[in-house]
Amino acid sequence: MKELMLGNKAFARGLYEAGCCFVSSYPGTPSTEITEEAVKYDEIYCEWAPNEKVAMEAAFGASLAGRRSFCGMKHVGLNVAADPLYTMSYTGVNGGVIIGVADDPGMHSSQNEQDSRHHAIASKVPLLEPSDSAESLEFVKIAYDLSEEYDTPVIIKMCTRVAHSQSLVEKSDRVLPERKAYEKNIPKYVMMPGNAIRRHPFVEERTRKLREWAETAPINRIEKGGKELGIITSSTCYQYVKEALGDKASVLKLGMLNPLPEKLIKDFAATVDRLVVVEELDPIIEQHCLALGLKVEGKSLFPMEGEFSQNLIRKALGVEEASGKPLDEKIPVRPPVMCAGCPHRGLFYTLNKNKCTVLGDIGCYTLGAVAPLSAMEMTLCMGASLSAIHGFNIAGEGENEHKTVAVIGDSTFMHSGMTGLANIAYNQSNSTVIILDNSITGMTGHQQNPTTGLNIKGDPAGKIDLEALCRAMGFKRVTVVDPYDLAECDRVVKEELAADEPSVIISRRPCALLKNVKHNAPLKVNTEKCIGCKSCMRIGCPAISIKNGKAHVDNTLCVGCGVCSQLCPVGAFE
Amino acid sequence: METRNVMIVGVGGQGSLLASKLLGRLLMDAGLDVKVSEVHGMSQRGGSVVTYVRYGDKVYSPVIDKGEADIIVSFELLEAARWLEWLKPGGRVVTNIQQIDPMPVITGAAEYPEALVDKMKAEGFEVDALDCLKLAEEAGSSKAVNIVLMGRLSHYFDQSREDWMKAMEAIVPAKFIEMNKKAFELGFEA
Repeated sequence: MKELMLGNKAFARGLYEAGCCFVSSYPGTPSTEITEEAVKYDEIYCEWAPNEKVAMEAAFGASLAGRRSFCGMKHVGLNVAADPLYTMSYTGVNGGVIIGVADDPGMHSSQNEQDSRHHAIASKVPLLEPSDSAESLEFVKIAYDLSEEYDTPVIIKMCTRVAHSQSLVEKSDRVLPERKAYEKNIPKYVMMPGNAIRRHPFVEERTRKLREWAETAPINRIEKGGKELGIITSSTCYQYVKEALGDKASVLKLGMLNPLPEKLIKDFAATVDRLVVVEELDPIIEQHCLALGLKVEGKSLFPMEGEFSQNLIRKALGVEEASGKPLDEKIPVRPPVMCAGCPHRGLFYTLNKNKCTVLGDIGCYTLGAVAPLSAMEMTLCMGASLSAIHGFNIAGEGENEHKTVAVIGDSTFMHSGMTGLANIAYNQSNSTVIILDNSITGMTGHQQNPTTGLNIKGDPAGKIDLEALCRAMGFKRVTVVDPYDLAECDRVVKEELAADEPSVIISRRPCALLKNVKHNAPLKVNTEKCIGCKSCMRIGCPAISIKNGKAHVDNTLCVGCGVCSQLCPVGAFE
Repeated sequence: METRNVMIVGVGGQGSLLASKLLGRLLMDAGLDVKVSEVHGMSQRGGSVVTYVRYGDKVYSPVIDKGEADIIVSFELLEAARWLEWLKPGGRVVTNIQQIDPMPVITGAAEYPEALVDKMKAEGFEVDALDCLKLAEEAGSSKAVNIVLMGRLSHYFDQSREDWMKAMEAIVPAKFIEMNKKAFELGFEA
């Protein structure tokens, strides 16, 4: 029976059907649901790892033990895991290994728009790219077979529109391959120079063989249409091309993007009058065609940035676009905001009030940069806040310390903040670090992490004690504060900034959206008392607005956190 | 049949997920090819959200482009206005009249436009507007706004009442089914 499935869920179904036994991932939009769906199958061991590098290495270990394994991450997560990736390419695998990586063209929820295909090319690891949910499932099976036959990890690259679109899939039963015996093999698995030198030619030969496979693989297919125009494309772009052009063009639809076939492309090019490559982000297929000496168009017609769509393709190729009529009216934008009752709000209000320079990190709290809180001045990548404040304070020659803080969430701290903190502890910059402990990985939709005491299934697990960890690194000043208590927040921030040694503040209060968090009754504004001074508006709470000159609380949103009432000079919140 | 396009728009957290699930189920049960696309993550934090539902004999693109939507279903009035350009000439808007102020309106940097339903109608758009929150509360829960809207939307679909109920039973937990059926009826009759 057919089922309507999210691309990521179909991917997880593929893992199940292909006999995957071990999944280790770090959440990251738009990849998270692969692992959240995989954990629903009791036959697959699943976990959240502290970061993507750990996840990939754990998956490698599971492969050594002879089982099919998987690790999932978003595009920037692959940077963190690049170190094991590039050398796992040399060692190869025992049980099959799939690396699921999800790109985010258009940056719906990301800090950059990098193209993961570069990593596959540079690490010489094969990469498959499905274009819908049915292929997401099917490609997992193909990838495991390739992984074991060619002795290589395989990357399956998703993108937002494949990962987060639902389309129909056909399910089948799980086939569990027998566990392969682990055999000691020092020349294959110990990558010291003498051995790695011998593995490199194997990698080059493997790429040659895989390219041969790609020449005739069914996942690289030609769909014959008009001969005036030939399109080479893959992933969601294939869908846009078919939508925009139907059978007007012939299409070479590529399912394997590394290595790319040569003869297949040349033969296809010879059958059409005009050759165009349609690919989001970087011109990887296009450059391959140019290297083959073909006359091809690509980025001269299409942008390097953002997502494509059927209209974009129609416009670039001179087909009539669909068009509509906007309303002649100024429509205010609706940007994402910190939720009502968000524990980060009180802390960011305090940092803004104290005119702190705030070096930030990746998570919901990045919204602290948005007006009216406007209390974040830098966000680079996971963990960068803690490493950067160290350099900022030392190179600032005394001008930055005592007014600069680094803020990082609990999950991000576990991901890659600890090493930055170790640097502060070791090289002793006078840095003030704030760990925003909301007891969950918030932005990606509530995943557990090593500080929450629960595992991916919500069962009891090991729990890392943040205070003890900081003290063990040598921090003498470690203070816990409740961000709902503005006076206490203010006192602690001032005190720790004034200190002449590195310090850690843990701002602790669980995410207001967590199911187990009890909410207070919504507050009401006593309009007799309210003087309309708008002091309560300085915290940017979506539940508070001004109606007829007085503050008004939306009782469907308010969770009664009481931060606004601490700002009211006349006690109008009741 | 030719591919039809329905956009579901609203504010992050309003429950458009259940609506798209219901539609997807209904159309799949009708033996059609279906694609549903939405974006998770950052945009869910109270931002403007959109879900694309496309169905027909064979559906390729998961997204709906400007000028392609047959129907825009909106959970919030401003969001209906925001996405109007995505509507086909002659397309229809089915919208909740609830207003949720976006942050620029809350901070006073912008104003929430007045009389949006009238303005949309004046410019020739087919608009079906109803107070879903009130009807949802009447059905027993303010959370049933999505099902009230679906009840209204069912006027513009070929599927029968029984088809809708069957799809609802497949995706709504049993303990909420009676309340949701009532919400659907209230939306249908409104």
